[in-house]
Amino acid sequence: MSATLRQATGPAYSRILAIGGVRGENVVTNDDIAGPIDSSDEWIRQRTGIVTRRRAGADVDVLDLSEAAARDALARAGLQGADVDAVIVSTVTYFHQTPAAAAVLAERLGATPAAAFDVSAACAGYAYAIAQADALVRAGAATHVLVVGAEKMSDFIDPTDRSISFLLGDGAGAAIVGPSDTPGIGPTVWGSDGGKAQAIRQTHAWSDLREDPSLGWPTLRQDGPSVFKWAAFQMAPVAAKAMAEAGVTPADIGAFVPHQANMRIIDQMIKQLELPDTVAVARDIAETGNTSAASIPLATRRLLDEGQVRSGDLALQIGFGAGLVYAAQVVVLP
Amino acid sequence: MAYTEQEVLAGLAEIVAEETGLPTDAVALEKSFTDDLDIDSLSMMTIVTHAEDKFGVRIPDDEVKNLTTVGDAVSFITGAQA
Repeated sequence: MSATLRQATGPAYSRILAIGGVRGENVVTNDDIAGPIDSSDEWIRQRTGIVTRRRAGADVDVLDLSEAAARDALARAGLQGADVDAVIVSTVTYFHQTPAAAAVLAERLGATPAAAFDVSAACAGYAYAIAQADALVRAGAATHVLVVGAEKMSDFIDPTDRSISFLLGDGAGAAIVGPSDTPGIGPTVWGSDGGKAQAIRQTHAWSDLREDPSLGWPTLRQDGPSVFKWAAFQMAPVAAKAMAEAGVTPADIGAFVPHQANMRIIDQMIKQLELPDTVAVARDIAETGNTSAASIPLATRRLLDEGQVRSGDLALQIGFGAGLVYAAQVVVLP
Repeated sequence: MAYTEQEVLAGLAEIVAEETGLPTDAVALEKSFTDDLDIDSLSMMTIVTHAEDKFGVRIPDDEVKNLTTVGDAVSFITGAQA
């Protein structure tokens, strides 16, 4: 007779205990980058809402940004690295194929032997990782999960590219997810559409570069208008579904924190979602630029720091980007 | 029931007016979206999306760059109706 297997179970609920973040130290204005793309401050503001973007120095990498954001989040949660038993880093700009950034980060934080792995879901990566963290906690697989969205996008820009490079910034945001007595993370509505894999892309694969070194360093490109149409009009229903599955309405929402891709996408989504004026809308993109996986936690941190929202308020967050991939959930703010 | 060219033009003019603040009578067949109406690529995608919804047609992203004038869009939408 075989033994009956025991499966782990966890607490009924999870929540975000703290959010921290760090932006690249350098403030890069539109005038600083307009020359090589034959553009202007006015054009960039009108098209994107971006006034400045934050970029890290040459001596700072994704791990450095991750560590700074993680330490901020841990301090706000009143936890030590040793209290973390799982680390998830979402990034598309870490230079090592292996090992994962998360394992190295865990060691830096004193979190070893925490489970550690990276997520590759571009600008949706933070929301993907929050979904993972929520599941790990409620399944009893981890007690405190560190989620980091970290990008040094400036390592993959082409100063002459008019499609995406001028939008991009560097930074990292981190959240600690742990057990809760009350519901703190709503159901995640997520998905992908690999049929649009070319909409946001790397110019060429590393293997192409190996075959033909004259191709040079790969950088990012996007089909801007197509991505705008997809994001502005197809992501609003995803966000609406996240509210419905969480059992809340726009009137219950304190903050709307979409991925900070373009101010005009944000404005169109607000219109589509018919959010009331009472909802604080994250517009961190104006000063920080598009920091991919870092944008949602950084934008949330700003809303909290500026007193636009308070602990306990509900935030509707949605990430969307290269893949194409997307994920949305309603969370209780720490 | 298919929309006539005149109905498509009238409906499109309303959509363009809503997006740009221009008066509907500024939206004439010979007008260029970019040169005459000052509509950028992102506003154009907003207009296209609303036109798809209003007229029940699909305007592929790759097709949008061929819609130079209001007349081009009216012709495409009229022809795309099943």
